[in-house]
Amino acid sequence: MKFIDEYRDREGAERCARAIAKITTRPWTIMEVCGGQTHAIVKFGIDELLPKDVTLVHGPGCPVCVTPLELIDKAVEIASRPDVIFCSFGDMLRVPGSKRDLLAVKSTGGDVRIVYSPLDAVKIAAENPNRQVVFFAVGFETTAPANAMAAFQARQKGIKNFSLLVSHVLVPPAIEAILSSPHNRVQGFLAAGHVCAVMGYTEYFAIAEKYHVPIVVTGFEPIDILQGIFSCIQQLEKGLFQVENSYARAVQLDGNEPAQKMIHEVFHVIPRKWRGIGEIPYSGFGLTEKYSEFDAETRFGVADYTTEESTDCISGLILQGIKKPADCPAFGTVCTPEHPLGATMVSTEGACAAYYRYRR
Amino acid sequence: MCLAVPGKILSVAGDDSIERTGRVSFGGIIKEVSLAFTPEAVPGNYVIVHVGVALNVLDEAEANKVFDYLRQMGELAELEDASASP
Repeated sequence: MKFIDEYRDREGAERCARAIAKITTRPWTIMEVCGGQTHAIVKFGIDELLPKDVTLVHGPGCPVCVTPLELIDKAVEIASRPDVIFCSFGDMLRVPGSKRDLLAVKSTGGDVRIVYSPLDAVKIAAENPNRQVVFFAVGFETTAPANAMAAFQARQKGIKNFSLLVSHVLVPPAIEAILSSPHNRVQGFLAAGHVCAVMGYTEYFAIAEKYHVPIVVTGFEPIDILQGIFSCIQQLEKGLFQVENSYARAVQLDGNEPAQKMIHEVFHVIPRKWRGIGEIPYSGFGLTEKYSEFDAETRFGVADYTTEESTDCISGLILQGIKKPADCPAFGTVCTPEHPLGATMVSTEGACAAYYRYRR
Repeated sequence: MCLAVPGKILSVAGDDSIERTGRVSFGGIIKEVSLAFTPEAVPGNYVIVHVGVALNVLDEAEANKVFDYLRQMGELAELEDASASP
């Protein structure tokens, strides 16, 4: 496929890796923020092409992984109601809540449906006016325009039986939370290309300046990722800390303005709790007053649930780049994709699941 | 989750900007995609699509620059090899 195959060329990737080895004189630790990039790095063995001095650590950019336990419990509660059709992206179904997951709700008769797009959930609502249709709106900035459009369309068409269970998180506050931690070891970042396709990358200038870290907007194919790493190391070796764009075929400085306009129509920035990390200020989206009627938490009276996380799972440390999956005694033994203890093992984009699948 | 896939627009339908959709081919698999956020997109363009919504039109000129850059990187590595050898 055009715009994919040519970025998977083995010879090109090896040439990139050789160029990286040439310019690397010291050890560097770089974080790829996005779970999609983590998956590609482990799947294609990109980390194994790199010189030993370059360590990649895997960031919190997996929305399935960072959705807090209590939101899964809220989803399970809402999906268990007989009047509800609960729509979700497929990978949320197996995330364990404190008692059970959405797949268990489905297997005991709950109407839980996997949809490809939030816009499909709006269609289901229009076709089922006597049922409540709830969409589990998880995601980073990449997914926000589509989720916002679902709410916008429902409001515009007067579809009253539609609502959103919102768990939207933002990348720049997560990067700041990692950089301001006393345990931080990340020296450079690969910024998530598709988040930047929507939002642009102006938000990262202040972060690069404040923490003296290079931030390189990076794509998802092997050659994209290697080029992002090359640019990042080039800066680190020269003592620079600039924001660069290595994914210019899809990303412009200001991002997609019509998409941002839609996001701001429906959502506003609020504090969010991140699974394994805790609450981060200004780190997510919630529905604005104008769209509050579409808030599933108030519609179904689950807004004040709180649930404590399990202490056996180190996914929080993995999501912050402090530990790697193999550092966990439960990895691959009591914690597997079939019986996950924590969300980094559930999602195919979680670091633990990627290592389990490709590295054992 | 933030996976977005490039596809080629075959045709465009809908006048209202928010309802504008396209038939997009992903290596032969055809899906209907919202073009609400890519008003400039026309048939023949490649768009990057996430959960049924086109996020941007791919810039072919920028896409090709990557390979020029790759060539320079290769040359850089070879030059340094040459200068390092006695």
